Amino acid sequence: MGLGLVPLGLAFGVFVTQSGLAWWWASAFAALIYAGSFEFLLVGLVAAVAPLGTVALTALLVNVRHVFYTLSFPLHRVSGRFAKSYSTFALTDEAYALTTSEQARSWPGRRILWLQLFMHLYWAGGATAGGLLGSFIPDGVTGLDFALTALFTVLALDALRERRGDLPTPVLALLSALVARLAFPHQMLLAAFALFTAALLVRHFTARKRSRRA
Amino acid sequence: MPDTPYLIAAVAVSTAVTWALRALPFVALAPLRASSTVRYLSTRMPVGVMVLLLAYCLRDVPVTDISGLAPLTALAVTVGLHLWRRNALLSILGGTTVHVVLASTFLGH
Repeated sequence: MGLGLVPLGLAFGVFVTQSGLAWWWASAFAALIYAGSFEFLLVGLVAAVAPLGTVALTALLVNVRHVFYTLSFPLHRVSGRFAKSYSTFALTDEAYALTTSEQARSWPGRRILWLQLFMHLYWAGGATAGGLLGSFIPDGVTGLDFALTALFTVLALDALRERRGDLPTPVLALLSALVARLAFPHQMLLAAFALFTAALLVRHFTARKRSRRA
Repeated sequence: MPDTPYLIAAVAVSTAVTWALRALPFVALAPLRASSTVRYLSTRMPVGVMVLLLAYCLRDVPVTDISGLAPLTALAVTVGLHLWRRNALLSILGGTTVHVVLASTFLGH
């Protein structure tokens, strides 16, 4: 699974050099920020020399979903202050998806940490290779950024398979995304997360009320 | 063209915000972990979040335009491959290759 990050990193590295930045910025973004989908957005922002405030706000909006990950990520299994710090730093979408899956329920902290480290290396290595290769790719070749879409497709399908009996949750998520896209096109991600969380809370409390009455 | 000090500052700001979002809630939200509402959310969040992020990636696909065919075909290939082989690497590579070929040739913007 983590190996999927290599082609994605390659795509990111090529994207960085095609945007006019030096190849090693791909490595720097990948290793130091380590937030894939935001890094794709950041390339566009810095290419346009956006104010640092805009950069900070975009990072906040795109990555605020990680706050939810902290609620169920098994950090308590990771021991040691440095290891815990690194584990939070490397708490990506992919790390969260893998460590909260059914099969990961018995994984010890050491395994979680190695998984995170390897995914970090795959991502940074892929980005560096992509940055170096990018200048050799003709300008006519586009569309590598689809790797990110493909990654989320795979993660969504795997998550759906794990909660096969729970159709309302993905339907609510899809509806939240559609409403956010139409009503708040410029803040779609934040609006979609807020709507989805609110919808889940409403569902939870109405179900609880119903079971209490029964 | 962005200069180096600006890029260093942009990376520093991005790292600080991202890491803070991933680390601080472990301290601030610790008491919430025992609540049944939080447990309800945390079991349903993963699948919902992935669906939201996928929808976000597809937000600008022109569904009524011919150029929308490249991402939609690539999406179908990714889903098909993944349902068939369940191999994440194969699905991502397959879908991305189809998209690059289509977008770089006759279905480009």
